[in-house]
Amino acid sequence: MSSKDRKLSYSLAINEAIHQMMEWDENVFLIGQGVKSPWYIGNTAKGLIEKFGPDRIIDTPVSENAITGAAVGAAISGMRPIVVHPRMDFMLYAMDPIINEAANWYYMSGGKSSVPVVIWGIINRGGEQAAQHSQALHGIFAHIPGLKVVMPSTPYDAKGLMISAIKDDNPVVYIDDRWLYNVEENVPSEEYSVPIGKGIIRKKGKDLTLVAVSYMAYESKKAADELYKEGIDVELIDVRTVKPLDKKLILSSVKKTGRLVIADVGWRSFGFSAEVSAMVGENILDRLKMPIKRIALPDAPAPSSKPLEKCYYPSKNDIKKLIIKEIKNVL
Amino acid sequence: MRKYNKRFLENIYRTMLRIRFCEESFVELIIKGTIRCPVHLYTGEEAVAVGVCAAIGSKDRIFGTHRSHGHYLAHGGSMSDLVAEIYGRGTGCARGRGGSMHVCAPDKNMMGAAPIVGGTISLALGSALTSKIKKEKSVTISFFGDGATGEGVLYESLNFASLKKLPIIFVCENNLYSTHMPIRECRVNTRIYEIAKPFCIESFRLNGNDVLKVYETTKKAVEICRKDKGPVFIEFLTYRMRGHVGPDDNIQRTHTDIRPKEEIEKWRKKDPIKNFEKILLKNKVVQKEKLDLIKKEVEKEVKNAHMLAEKSPYPKEKDLTKYVFKR
Repeated sequence: MSSKDRKLSYSLAINEAIHQMMEWDENVFLIGQGVKSPWYIGNTAKGLIEKFGPDRIIDTPVSENAITGAAVGAAISGMRPIVVHPRMDFMLYAMDPIINEAANWYYMSGGKSSVPVVIWGIINRGGEQAAQHSQALHGIFAHIPGLKVVMPSTPYDAKGLMISAIKDDNPVVYIDDRWLYNVEENVPSEEYSVPIGKGIIRKKGKDLTLVAVSYMAYESKKAADELYKEGIDVELIDVRTVKPLDKKLILSSVKKTGRLVIADVGWRSFGFSAEVSAMVGENILDRLKMPIKRIALPDAPAPSSKPLEKCYYPSKNDIKKLIIKEIKNVL
Repeated sequence: MRKYNKRFLENIYRTMLRIRFCEESFVELIIKGTIRCPVHLYTGEEAVAVGVCAAIGSKDRIFGTHRSHGHYLAHGGSMSDLVAEIYGRGTGCARGRGGSMHVCAPDKNMMGAAPIVGGTISLALGSALTSKIKKEKSVTISFFGDGATGEGVLYESLNFASLKKLPIIFVCENNLYSTHMPIRECRVNTRIYEIAKPFCIESFRLNGNDVLKVYETTKKAVEICRKDKGPVFIEFLTYRMRGHVGPDDNIQRTHTDIRPKEEIEKWRKKDPIKNFEKILLKNKVVQKEKLDLIKKEVEKEVKNAHMLAEKSPYPKEKDLTKYVFKR
């Protein structure tokens, strides 16, 4: 079997990236809460401690602030650490080392000292976990100068972006989603990278541009495929990197279709969807044939109760419904 | 006294003087408004930076605070780069992007400084973790003030450092004030070194104005760390003769310093440089003429640093966003 035909899940693709990078450079290490425990981070750390030992696979006490700071400090002093937050919500304890220190460090040292750290936060939505185990906080980090933010939606990108994040000389916030962990596709077993800052067209189309991120790119693909059968030809862009945003790709697509819908895994206000919308409005407002529309989480904390959870998270059907409503009359 | 090499003692004296003269040279310029970048003067605390840095090697790393000109100079940072930074020039140690509160000389292993109180403690922790993973023998110094003992990250860092036996020395410069707040209003227990005990970390408390005591204790701590028996915690009792920020005030260019005059006078008598000078002369280790010569040389170095800074260009406007990302 050629390595190109090998199927791998999203979580094991991340795992393979870490294995390969730790072999590539002995300065790479993994630190964080639960790196020994599948309960916390699934099988993304499978086999690592056996292979690289506890000096480089460091399970930690619950001290997000100090541990994230330690990863940043290790990066400043020559390492390439990956610090994992098994629930992205826990990263909020580490805002000081991430924002005040890591993001600003290269600038405030006048380019004399860089911070090659990967800050890995896992979105852990659903499962009736409620507000503090479910948040998608990419909008907060993408707002900060000096941070790059990547959000893979496929196993191929999960591996390739983890490799790029580790090799990058800047702090990269790598955000994955537990809902994608079991998705499988062909993933080359060789080392390869997916460039940070480059989106991808998942489906070409002419009627409308759908810009999606992370899990919503996964849902959007299903929606776009079904809509095609129903006579609506959507062009789907998976941004893959939230910051720096692939503006060129989005603008050229919207220029072509004249219509834009944005699907985000975060809240509606002041976030990713607002940024994409503003960017398109600033550049090519005159090319739009309809108002920009957004699909996002309502401006509310995540609920616990199942029926509430069900209407809180948008899905393929919500995307389809919105697109049909907006454009069926004009087509 | 005899055990010390004469050159070593002269260097200690010279470094303390370089910090003092360099920093005091900003005072008039701050009052005149020529220097606008907030400057936190270290006057009175020089023995801590100099004693600590004399006890470590050039491969050992240090992390500073908002008040770090002294740490920077003591660990080999260039004075002219420091002065240029405070003038906001492109030739400054942080190319005019960091200012007084972000002095750094990574090539000298002065890794950086930050005014988020306690913000660099965990960074120093990570630097010590680097030493452990790479099996280097280097030690990391984390400088912080008594104010930082109010930050949770210090306790998280103490625990993790002790758990992993990291080669880090937590150096608390207790100058008795957290900006305007006297320590008795900040802490129930003012014996700061005791906070290390529940984490099973060896800790010391001593007079931070006695440079040789600072040196000796740090040397002991460094040895402990190099034997993988770290971390160590040291509390140095000291006092800043100037305000929290700027020459004599807690708020720059107004007069709000609330510290009692008698207290300031008491500490003025404990001036670390004057006292060291007395010891050197009393023990006849160094001649007065030599000390005078050192003073003159340092004065000249400071003057040259200012002249150079004044002549140096500001960073270019087109380079405003140059160092946001490393390319």
